[in-house]
Amino acid sequence: MTSYAKPVEVLIDELGRLPGIGPKSAQRIAFHLLKVDRIDSDRLANAIVDLKDKISFCERCFNVSEGEECTICIDPRRNQAVLCVVEEPKDISAIEKTGAYHGRYHVLLGVINPLEGVGPDQIKIRELAHRVAAESITEVILCTNPNLEGETTAAFIANKILKPFEIKVTRLASGLPVGGDLEYADELTLGRALEGRQTL
Amino acid sequence: MTLYREDAVVLRSYKLGEADRIIVLYTRTRGKTRAVAKGIRRTKSKFGARLEPSTVVHAQLYEGRNLDIVTQVETRQVHASFRRDLMRYGRAAILLEAVDLASEEAEPSPALFKLLTGALRELDRAGNPLIVPAFVAKLLKLEGVQPMLEACVECSRSDGLVSLDLSRGGVLCDRCRSGGFMSAGARVAMQHVFEGHVRHVLDTTENSVAEELQSLSSIMLDQHFERRLRSSRVAYEHLS
Repeated sequence: MTSYAKPVEVLIDELGRLPGIGPKSAQRIAFHLLKVDRIDSDRLANAIVDLKDKISFCERCFNVSEGEECTICIDPRRNQAVLCVVEEPKDISAIEKTGAYHGRYHVLLGVINPLEGVGPDQIKIRELAHRVAAESITEVILCTNPNLEGETTAAFIANKILKPFEIKVTRLASGLPVGGDLEYADELTLGRALEGRQTL
Repeated sequence: MTLYREDAVVLRSYKLGEADRIIVLYTRTRGKTRAVAKGIRRTKSKFGARLEPSTVVHAQLYEGRNLDIVTQVETRQVHASFRRDLMRYGRAAILLEAVDLASEEAEPSPALFKLLTGALRELDRAGNPLIVPAFVAKLLKLEGVQPMLEACVECSRSDGLVSLDLSRGGVLCDRCRSGGFMSAGARVAMQHVFEGHVRHVLDTTENSVAEELQSLSSIMLDQHFERRLRSSRVAYEHLS
């Protein structure tokens, strides 16, 4: 068995815990860090420390945030009446890139998944109901992923949580990806695209 | 590189790396198989919605060192109602989790494959709550732990049967009782299931007996697998 000096071994071990990093990649990154200038490795170390020190979840929407509330929640130019419900903070960045949405968000930090034992009590659904009750929301857009768990979560929120509020509840459309070929579309997606067809 | 084709049910999947998923399949002739579907999480993935849990597919895979790789998938059966009806999806999840727990890799059981695909099809078609108890009864029979229902497992009395305890092997009379309460109606319905009259049970069982069988089936699954099924908790506590 190859054994390196203790600090190298510790670093390889820690890097190997990161998602998508196997033992070989961990070893390569560790030796790369050993070679780079001190200033570069310090910058990486500080970035990690800063991340843990300064970033927490927004108290209102559960997006990642530097303060108590995230930049989107405190932005007065945002439409206060529309709420977009997403699974993870990274979904916000995907929607923001479209430039087509100007409301605020609510991050569930997960999705209902019976096979993993994740029920509605383990994600931020109760907090969503509190927000809708307190913030004069007129529309909630459900932007969970278009897979079985995402659909189940959207159906649960629409039917069991938001129905009593009598507000507009919409779901992200699904259909064919732009630039794709029709012949490769699966039956479910193509069926949805047909159901949601639009008059030209 | 050995290519093979299989009919399979998608039991579950979990994320792998940036855009891949590990798909757990229950195949007709190879039993449980774990395979990687590369790029499936990308919006332009060729797999699309074909490898969602509960879908029945005809898949082409090649054997890898640890995990097989999915190369092509054709849909055989999509259970569209599971996406609209929370409780049906919850019940489907119980069937999928039970098969996942009951099966081992490379130990095929065509009978279990047939049982699972049939139960999912029926659940999608009619959403009958008795599908889960009927499925559990048949699963236990396949596992070789069919409970004795005709007489008390302790004293052999055939009257005054009041409870079911899988750990003791079947029903018990009022003197030997342990486990969960079982009414005469529920006992007869379960006997019919074991005798192969599932359709009759699905069509004629009263709601109160159906509810009792549902709770008994949960207890039997928990006792058999020696743990609480994760999907039962979510399905019965939150989705109903």
